[in-house]
Amino acid sequence: MILADDERRMLDGDDGPAVQAAMELLVRYGEVLGAERLIDTDNVCGANIYNAQQRKLAGGTADDVFARISLDSPGGFEIPRVRAHSCQLIGPMDTVEWQVQGVAEGNRDAILDSESYSGRHCIHLMNTCTPYQVGNVPARGEHCAWMESSAVIYVNSVLGAMTNVEGRESAAAAMLTGKIPYWGYHLPENRHATIHVEVTVDVTTSRDWGLLGYAVGKVAGETVPVITGIADTPNLVKLKHFGAAAATSGGVEMYHIPGVTAEAHTLDQALGGKRPGLTVRYGPAEREAAYARLNTTATDTAVDLVMIGCPHASLDQIRDVCDLLGDRKVAPGTELWLFTPRGIRLLAERSGYGDRLRAAGAVLMSDTCPAIGRFVPDGTRVIVTDSAKQAHYLPQIMSVQGWFGDTAECVDAAVTGRWRGDL
Amino acid sequence: MTETATTVLRGRGLGGGVCEGEALVSRAAIAGWGGIDSRTGTIIESEHELEGQSMAGKVLIFPSAKGSSGWSGIFHVARMEGAGPKAMVFNVMNTKIALAVVVSHVPCVTALDADPVEVIKTGDWVRVDGDRGVIEVLKRKEGNASGI
Repeated sequence: MILADDERRMLDGDDGPAVQAAMELLVRYGEVLGAERLIDTDNVCGANIYNAQQRKLAGGTADDVFARISLDSPGGFEIPRVRAHSCQLIGPMDTVEWQVQGVAEGNRDAILDSESYSGRHCIHLMNTCTPYQVGNVPARGEHCAWMESSAVIYVNSVLGAMTNVEGRESAAAAMLTGKIPYWGYHLPENRHATIHVEVTVDVTTSRDWGLLGYAVGKVAGETVPVITGIADTPNLVKLKHFGAAAATSGGVEMYHIPGVTAEAHTLDQALGGKRPGLTVRYGPAEREAAYARLNTTATDTAVDLVMIGCPHASLDQIRDVCDLLGDRKVAPGTELWLFTPRGIRLLAERSGYGDRLRAAGAVLMSDTCPAIGRFVPDGTRVIVTDSAKQAHYLPQIMSVQGWFGDTAECVDAAVTGRWRGDL
Repeated sequence: MTETATTVLRGRGLGGGVCEGEALVSRAAIAGWGGIDSRTGTIIESEHELEGQSMAGKVLIFPSAKGSSGWSGIFHVARMEGAGPKAMVFNVMNTKIALAVVVSHVPCVTALDADPVEVIKTGDWVRVDGDRGVIEVLKRKEGNASGI
């Protein structure tokens, strides 16, 4: 790889051993990728909050834990404050409702300590999978280094920012150096669609968008799809569900919807003037198949947990749940959990939604989710969610059955304790 | 073990030295976070062809990496737990697998002259040279078809 002068100085240790270790990791990573060089980035999202088990596994001081887990280095040096604007993505624990999560006190203290370490190093503690909902909204063309597949696909496609799906170690190295390999979606020529998905069925609700995303991800794999035949203009929530689903069933990091997403007004523009390598149809049969695949793990209709907020819920989604609940209460033996960024949770409290949810027996949480934090209520066998991503992951992570439906079906399941959803 | 004639595949070595081990082959892409238990190396993705099998100590041969950005983190922790693969051979390069290659510190090879997922079968005994980019099938597991 060709290094610029400042990068060479970092590699030589001029900026200290931590920056040197970070640059060594980026050079190894760039060489494996086959990148020709690095590029500057000043917008990095990573994950550096460790629980007690991880800290014990790594050993050493807090600086050593960061070096060993986040930089793949033996450590033995101090970690300076980060150089790039950086933020923490979704983490392992809600610092307010940690007892609901079933976190032991010793582990809570370890996580709190790790969190404050990141804060002291100027990593903004956003603690969400949706930084774009709480102020980190990259500009078109901005080179970023983000983890979190659902966030990457959103900022690449909807906003036109430029990032690959980074991992913990590359994001931490980018925080300390302000550099990331110039590869993949940082290059304009890699951002054109090669697959064309023709939609021939109505796609309007959030559930519709989740199903479409889940189907597109399976077909597209790691390629860039362009989707046509969409009549409605989707909002943030629908695009959030679509992208999260496409990144879950496949590895989609970028897509185009001409007239909606940032970089294509027309089909031809999305394809970069070339013909698509593959054209597929998304009609009623494909929609039914996606629904069936998402509900494949469930057979029992007695519901233990209803989960809303994957990716983290917007204020509108929280209000919708309040409205769907009305004066009804969550059924005995069933839990209704909502997850949102901390900043939106504060707005929800201010707007009275927190009181309405508590009155119904629901719990509003932030900073984490059941899949990341690996927690469900004791004895949970069956979960219900409006998220294709959570319906995909939680059954395999927590060995539960999972139903996928729309928000109204989820709230119905919460107040009746029964799954009665249908396509 | 039915034969001793070696099948040789050549590709792009990604470093990590040389090792020998038993192949664990997946025709399907592998999910890291949410797809593998990092404490045991067991594949947990439901309906995945390797569901319930562990990559620990095996030569993991697969087409590509999919899913969450926690991919490298799973392989990193698995290495620290002693549950990581002994070597990795794959077809499609992306950031998830590249970073996992970096943090796994085992022999890795990609861009081979024949599809390793087709040529090598689970249970075959293989040598992976991550520095020269060479895979040799040293012994076929009994019942596995041989040759390219």
